[in-house]
Amino acid sequence: MEPVSRIEGRAYPWGAKNVDTDIIIPAHWLKTTSREGLGKGAFEAVRREPGNVFDAPEHAGSPLLIAGDNFGCGSSREHAAWALADMGVRAVLAPSFSDIFSGNAVKNGIVPVVLPQEAIDRLLDVAHEGVAITVDLETMSVTTPYQDRFAFHLDAFRRQCLIEGLDEIGITLARDTAISKYEAEAFAARPWIAGESQNAGIAVEGAGRT
Amino acid sequence: MASRPLTLYEKIWADHVVERREDGTCLIYIDRHLVHEVTSPQAFDGLRANGRPVRRPELTLAVPDHNLPTTARLDAAGHRLPIADPASAAQLAALERNTADFGIRYIDATASEQGIVHVVGPEQGFTLPGTTLVCGDSHTSAHGALGALAFGIGTSEVEHVLATQTLLLQQSKTMEVRVDGTLGFGVSAKDVILAIIGRIGAAGGTGHVIEYTGEAIRALSVEGRLTISNMSIEGGARAGLIAPDDTTFAYLKGRPMAPTGEAWERAVAWWRTLPTDAGAQYDRRVTIDGSAIAPSLTWGTSPEDVVPITGRVPEPESFADPSKQEAARKSLDYMGLAPGMAMQDIGIEHVFIGSCTNSRIEDLRAAAAVVRGRRVADGVRQALVVPGSGLVKRQAEAEGLDRIFTQAGFEWREPGCSMCLAMNPDKVPPGERCASTSNRNFVGRQGPGARTHLLSPAMAAAAAVTGRLTDVRDLVSV
Repeated sequence: MEPVSRIEGRAYPWGAKNVDTDIIIPAHWLKTTSREGLGKGAFEAVRREPGNVFDAPEHAGSPLLIAGDNFGCGSSREHAAWALADMGVRAVLAPSFSDIFSGNAVKNGIVPVVLPQEAIDRLLDVAHEGVAITVDLETMSVTTPYQDRFAFHLDAFRRQCLIEGLDEIGITLARDTAISKYEAEAFAARPWIAGESQNAGIAVEGAGRT
Repeated sequence: MASRPLTLYEKIWADHVVERREDGTCLIYIDRHLVHEVTSPQAFDGLRANGRPVRRPELTLAVPDHNLPTTARLDAAGHRLPIADPASAAQLAALERNTADFGIRYIDATASEQGIVHVVGPEQGFTLPGTTLVCGDSHTSAHGALGALAFGIGTSEVEHVLATQTLLLQQSKTMEVRVDGTLGFGVSAKDVILAIIGRIGAAGGTGHVIEYTGEAIRALSVEGRLTISNMSIEGGARAGLIAPDDTTFAYLKGRPMAPTGEAWERAVAWWRTLPTDAGAQYDRRVTIDGSAIAPSLTWGTSPEDVVPITGRVPEPESFADPSKQEAARKSLDYMGLAPGMAMQDIGIEHVFIGSCTNSRIEDLRAAAAVVRGRRVADGVRQALVVPGSGLVKRQAEAEGLDRIFTQAGFEWREPGCSMCLAMNPDKVPPGERCASTSNRNFVGRQGPGARTHLLSPAMAAAAAVTGRLTDVRDLVSV
């Protein structure tokens, strides 16, 4: 993952609430075995509407997206983060995110910026003007050329992963000894976790059980 | 150290902490991993690109479900029929290859045990109380019904679990949703969870793990509990647990992957220690009177847009929040509905009985009880029944439910996710309306322009035979 510490640019002034991942990338785009090229399917239904925010010449290609509460709710599909990254979005600013989406975003170098609704409303106004907004992970703030400054929070580990472009799997593999120790203890205490069942067959029938 | 009373979630969490980092992030051990064809190919490619093996292949179980057509999979001679869509076929082939290459147990598309991951896991006894269970699918919350800490993950996390059998996580807040009382006639688990989401909202559980408690939850079968936990994610909660009890143990005993003999006895003894201690604190509590819940359904494009079947399409102005008013206007426009309409005056063209929410044997029995002796109404263009697994299908056929459905004019299909998410050929055409037992009424979820009303299997059956949204209590007697 590419390190990210500062993003400066225009923003899509969308503001919609409860944007689900089916809206970000509909299911028929998920029949792929690759992470690439999903930007062309991003917001497909929204982009069919004339005058939509994503294709407006003054906003197209923006690295920031401003949305409403509960952004990324619904399906866990990481394709939503891949689609956003592929269309050039590097940060999403919203009052709240779904838990699964915000995790997926960070793993793809997209910063989920949580700000109060009043700050979002102000930034929507600024974004409508086509003026650049800056998201800075070093100072943990969002700023505008009009001297607006909004502080945001991101948990320390996620912030570090973004700034350093860390490979989480690599970090965890380095803890192999601790994992092995845990396994030895846990499997001794709860042997059925790793043990093979002696129940016959893999079909269950009868007595109305399924 | 004095032990303070703990919740079910806190106990499972504590049992699975491998390490706690200074920043508070915990390395959590994952006991069970379910894999399907859509969210895993990129994870296996990542392992290959970095030369990493799967740490514990025996803790992962793979089964295709999302993408599979629900039409016949074998010809008359028992040969496998090809999948017409090359992209779907390639994804299925990738899952077969990946599970073979990495030594992961795989249930083939043509096996009688194949089905929707969230139906297969409990059915096979792969899902066990007190375990951590993940899958690259948000409805993994379903497995919380058996007292497992189960939640959906993205593909990067699928790769992380395959490589390390762990995840790096922050502990969630806790939320108790207690449903008191006894459910009324015609009211099912689906109506309960719709009522809960209507109450807390689509983001009500964000950052929280829910625990469902109370008399109405205790009285549910494991199948009903799975319906409840399944839709936790529609209320914003990544996981939704129900404490394991004798109902859970009776359900699990003898299942193919459940422990046996002395291991079973030890497991049950440990599972009995899991329920939330008296005096334990939740960060948030919500109480609902189960006896006041009516058969319920959605009117809009968010699962929080819930009304009783006796209700009306709301006026957007009735919402206090201006942004909710705007969302309601958009929803009604998309849904082709006018404010104030009686829900029971809304005609439907499609019926879908299936999905990981409502495709188990009890669901099919409840629907068949309404359909028996009736016909699918003339205006209904397609009525599908898609069992959750091959075993559910076989059981239903042994009980004659398939004939009740087909004689009424329903199609009886092979197991899979089907019309819940419109990845396979089962779709609702643009502008048409579907009474659906699935879990999401999002814009375009069942196909571009499709209009979805979420409801219970019995209510879907009632809609099928009348051609409009219908109070099932008017069709069946006590």
